Amino acid sequence: MNILEIRNLTITTSANVKVVSDVSLLIAPGARLGVIGESGSGKSLTALACIGLLPSQLSATGSVILGDINPQEIIGVSDKVLNSIRGRVASIVFQEPITALDPLMKIGRQLAEPLRRHQGLSGDALEKAIIQALEEVRINNPSRIATSFPHQISGGERQRAAIAMALACKPSLLIADEPTTALDVTVQSEVLALLDSIVSERNMALLFISHDLAVVGQITDNVIVLKDGAIVESGLLREIMKKPTHPYTQDLVKNALILDDALDIAKGGA
Amino acid sequence: MKTVKAHRSWSLIIGLAIISTIILVALISWLWLPYSLDNTDGGRLSQPSATHWLGTDKLGRDLVSRLMVGARIALTVGFSAVLIAGVVGLTLGMAAGFAQKWLDESLSALLDILIAFPTLLLAMLIVAARGSSLTSAIFAIGFGMSAIIARLTRLLVKRVLSKDFITASRASGTSWPRIIALHVLPNIWPTLIVSFALQFGLAGLAEASLSYLGLGAPPPNASWGSLLQEAQATVMTSPIAAIAPGLLLVALVISVNLIADGLREVADPTLRRAR
Repeated sequence: MNILEIRNLTITTSANVKVVSDVSLLIAPGARLGVIGESGSGKSLTALACIGLLPSQLSATGSVILGDINPQEIIGVSDKVLNSIRGRVASIVFQEPITALDPLMKIGRQLAEPLRRHQGLSGDALEKAIIQALEEVRINNPSRIATSFPHQISGGERQRAAIAMALACKPSLLIADEPTTALDVTVQSEVLALLDSIVSERNMALLFISHDLAVVGQITDNVIVLKDGAIVESGLLREIMKKPTHPYTQDLVKNALILDDALDIAKGGA
Repeated sequence: MKTVKAHRSWSLIIGLAIISTIILVALISWLWLPYSLDNTDGGRLSQPSATHWLGTDKLGRDLVSRLMVGARIALTVGFSAVLIAGVVGLTLGMAAGFAQKWLDESLSALLDILIAFPTLLLAMLIVAARGSSLTSAIFAIGFGMSAIIARLTRLLVKRVLSKDFITASRASGTSWPRIIALHVLPNIWPTLIVSFALQFGLAGLAEASLSYLGLGAPPPNASWGSLLQEAQATVMTSPIAAIAPGLLLVALVISVNLIADGLREVADPTLRRAR
């Protein structure tokens, strides 16, 4: 049984342009998959389609089945059905933590929402769960963060809070859409390490989306490469790095290596 | 929910002080007036004196009494028109904001037509149909303003709905009604409340223009607009009769502007200065 099964997913705009064509992928419970692609490659749309959140101008065909115990088709299903599995079976972390949090709501209240709905918590138990959720993403001084507005805390803290929200309902699958792209490099590696350890601890499945080979390499071995909405390569990252077949992947690998060399030279020179 | 921490905003305090004075005067006018509105014993165009603080008009009516009734009318029109504009405008705007394609487009076209349609013309049509009364003026101003509120609401709703935090909230399984209550309304509120406050002042001003043209409250009720109109003929001999209602209109508009500024600061935590 898989936690996520995408078969022949095609996403079309209202002007009949295919932005994602014939994408199929499988993720087993507890497994990880990286999706690599440049902006406009359809990787974020694929992620949104996984929990039925495509913008209304887009329509999807094919099949997306979510959940290993009670598998549920996502495409063409009502919001009511989807709301019962969103957050509980799968949840999503976005690229920009500043826009992914409501600017007018304190972090604690935003966290309280999914906790209350899915776990039926209230009062002191809810307060405790909020602090616990913030502690789990290794936020210093969780009670201060809980009573702060998003603009009052740092970018790293914001992304941790957003991750805490996504994890609040203990989903079996976490979809991370470029979760570190908007962060400073040092914060980036901390957040990656955090995601890595929480996903292992909870034995969650992870769909990790990025444009960055190096970042994906730190979190998973299994990858697919998307280009113009279609899968052009898939398999072990090591193998792909050694022998890229598609011109786009070749380019990607070449550039990653150039960057690597530059770092080596800088190191050697120091 | 905890109450919002009190945040001091001077513009809000000054604005509220001015508007409270006007409200107080309007409330008093219901219970007590220095002279009744049909009392013409003061003598024509008498100058300000101990008995008539701001003098009398050409029929011998006390100006202070008439100004007090004018305050009542301005506020009544302001509140009622904003109430109509709020209910109609919010409903239409939310509908257009959430609607897709053709429904949104037809609602937006309707709103554009309504906004292009002059409020004054609308007022004349309503007055022609229902006769000149305060209610006619209120409806004309209220409906005219509801198009503006609706268009603003639609824009704000669309903008909020495109934000990641709405998608994030949906991704955690929040239902639409809950999203509206939790995220949409609080996020459009700071801008809307400012607009409501400004529209309140504009409604008072619009009523003055309608009354000035004789389309507002019929005599003996005196709105600040009709007072201005009457004072026009005698402005050289008793300028105070024109200056007083003019100043009151200015005070009304300034106070709602100050309140609008202050409200925005209080309603939007991201605008608060660091303490």
